[in-house]
Amino acid sequence: MTRAETRGETPRAPRATSAPVPGAPLVAAQDRLAGSEPVAPPVVRGTVAGGTVVRARRSAGRHRARALLARWVPPLLLLAASIGAWELWVIVRRPPAYVLPSPGRIAAAAVDAAPGLPAHTATTLVEAVVGTAAGALAGVAVAVLIASVPLARRTVEPLLVASQTVPMIVLAPLLVLWFGLGLTPKIVVVALIGFFPVAVSTAGGLAGADPDLVDLVRSMGARPGQVLRVVRLPAAIPAFFAGLKIATAYAVAGAVVGEYVAGDRGLGIFITRSSNSFRVDRVFVAVIVIAALSALLYGLVGVAARRATPWLPPTTKERSR
Amino acid sequence: MRPGRAADPPPQARRPPAVAPVAPESAAPDAPDAPESAAPDAPVTAPVAAPVAADVDVRGLHHTFRPHGSREPVIALDGVDLHVPAGGFVSVVGPSGCGKSTLLRVLAGLLVPTGGTATVGGEDVRGRPGHVAYLPQRDLLLPWRRALANAVLGAELAGVPREEAQRRARPLFERFGLAGFERAWPWELSGGMRQRLALLRTFLLGAPVLVLDEPFAALDAITRRAMYAWLGEVWMDDRRTVLFVTHDVDEALTLADRVVVLSGRPGRVVTEVDVPMPRPRPATVVTEADVVERKRTLLEALGG
Ligand SMILES: Nc1ncnc2c1ncn2[C@@H]1O[C@H](COP(=O)(O)OP(=O)(O)OP(=O)(O)O)[C@@H](O)[C@H]1O
Ligand SMILES: [Mg+2]
Repeated sequence: MTRAETRGETPRAPRATSAPVPGAPLVAAQDRLAGSEPVAPPVVRGTVAGGTVVRARRSAGRHRARALLARWVPPLLLLAASIGAWELWVIVRRPPAYVLPSPGRIAAAAVDAAPGLPAHTATTLVEAVVGTAAGALAGVAVAVLIASVPLARRTVEPLLVASQTVPMIVLAPLLVLWFGLGLTPKIVVVALIGFFPVAVSTAGGLAGADPDLVDLVRSMGARPGQVLRVVRLPAAIPAFFAGLKIATAYAVAGAVVGEYVAGDRGLGIFITRSSNSFRVDRVFVAVIVIAALSALLYGLVGVAARRATPWLPPTTKERSR
Repeated sequence: MRPGRAADPPPQARRPPAVAPVAPESAAPDAPDAPESAAPDAPVTAPVAAPVAADVDVRGLHHTFRPHGSREPVIALDGVDLHVPAGGFVSVVGPSGCGKSTLLRVLAGLLVPTGGTATVGGEDVRGRPGHVAYLPQRDLLLPWRRALANAVLGAELAGVPREEAQRRARPLFERFGLAGFERAWPWELSGGMRQRLALLRTFLLGAPVLVLDEPFAALDAITRRAMYAWLGEVWMDDRRTVLFVTHDVDEALTLADRVVVLSGRPGRVVTEVDVPMPRPRPATVVTEADVVERKRTLLEALGG
């Protein structure tokens, strides 16, 4: 028997070259990651006729644009309608400006506050980002500890939950007492808020790694540290990002709470001062900035999550396209 | 007649590593591609250092699963005796749920049996992973690694440099019909491709004993026959010890020196059939009168 025969070249050839089947989802996956994923296209692509790929990509691009419209138009319409109703309400009922300013007045206040706002925003942003990063780092460390040392799970886990029952409003003044008036107490507040969801979520991801995969690498003689690195940590990445998203959603608000207690710069300070001088329109401006910052950070974490998990297959919806 | 312990080769003083160490000549920096360019037609096994032969010996193996909660304990294996001589190829067939996978998990060191002994090359493997190259029944691939990175997993765990491991793996992609898919994610592969990749990875481990749990179950008949030819050839090249679990009597008869039949749960050895047909064996070997006779014996033992 010749080598070619034993290889079974003939029977397998149709499988290997019928690339349109594996190729089609690849194009979708590639588009999903477009702009965020610098990896070279999978080799499979080379087997697809060039024209097919280009056409598929172009139609996928149009599809994307339509999907984007479908996603953003309804919420924007709703937002516009709400603002219109609000404006109308203020015109009809004429509440005092220190109770409910009109959207127009808030816009004017925003223009008015524009020179001072960036510095406040920057301070709050730094506190939120540094605090979340610190909290997430600590959260991952505790999660790894819980996942690798059974004794740690039994001792640390109940304390973790208990620690979350202390309200931040109570803790913040103490933190100022301990850490002074600078950025530190605010960063600590944000870190404490972010720590919990990251720790719990990541610990769940580490523990939930496919036990068969763990067995597989153990059968290859992997040591516990290698099992952690090769199986558990990668398996926990989606869960880590789920926790980080929650942490991020609360981070800016947490920094503002910290600033309420003491400080000389930040959106919390801006709100306190505005509120003390009955400038409710300015309070609204700050609230909008806080919401926008939170949404921005949240979106960035989403992008980071997708970049960190290029191996995840496209969702069922994307795949059926 | 099974050879007694006395006839076995003496136990290895040290167990060979599960993964072949870096070959010294290929580590030389001045000739990184020498092995391929010098001998393009070298046997497929060339990239893997020739492993030291080792036998597999299982005596009175017994395992009872005690599930949590109020469910009844499950006796999966009840006194299984099995011997695979060094360099031998033994197939295990048996009805679903009779404990075949349990037996292999014991040999892989993943499960400590409730009774009996299990040795590889004379060494106790109960609860000690790393002695055999184990292919689990599910085509387990790490979803976060591309095909090539999955293939070299074992080598990487053993500390083989990445380039060296990949250099060994690439020729096998061609051989397994996976050429061009080195950078594909596991979810982009078909079921059969995933299974072939898992087998490729197991083979690359270079351990002296291959323990395979239904490696071809997800393949179509044509690909499957091609893999039989490949496995037969590879086995003749380096004579690694193989223990091969399957549901398919024809598959067992095509590949093995000896076929062991397990009873329904709890698993016990009901009968053993030697298959001394010459190799390489064509796919038509199962239609030869001698083999058909053996098939009848096996099917009767399986209660078919
Ligand atoms: N981890 C486990 N916990 C409890 N029971 C188990 C466990 N693993 C296997 N069993 C039981 O042990 C018995 C043997 O299982 P095993 O997987 O070894 O069968 P098998 O012969 O490989 O079957 P198949 O051919 O279907 O793969 C089954 O009854 C199964 O329910
Ligand atoms: Mg099984």
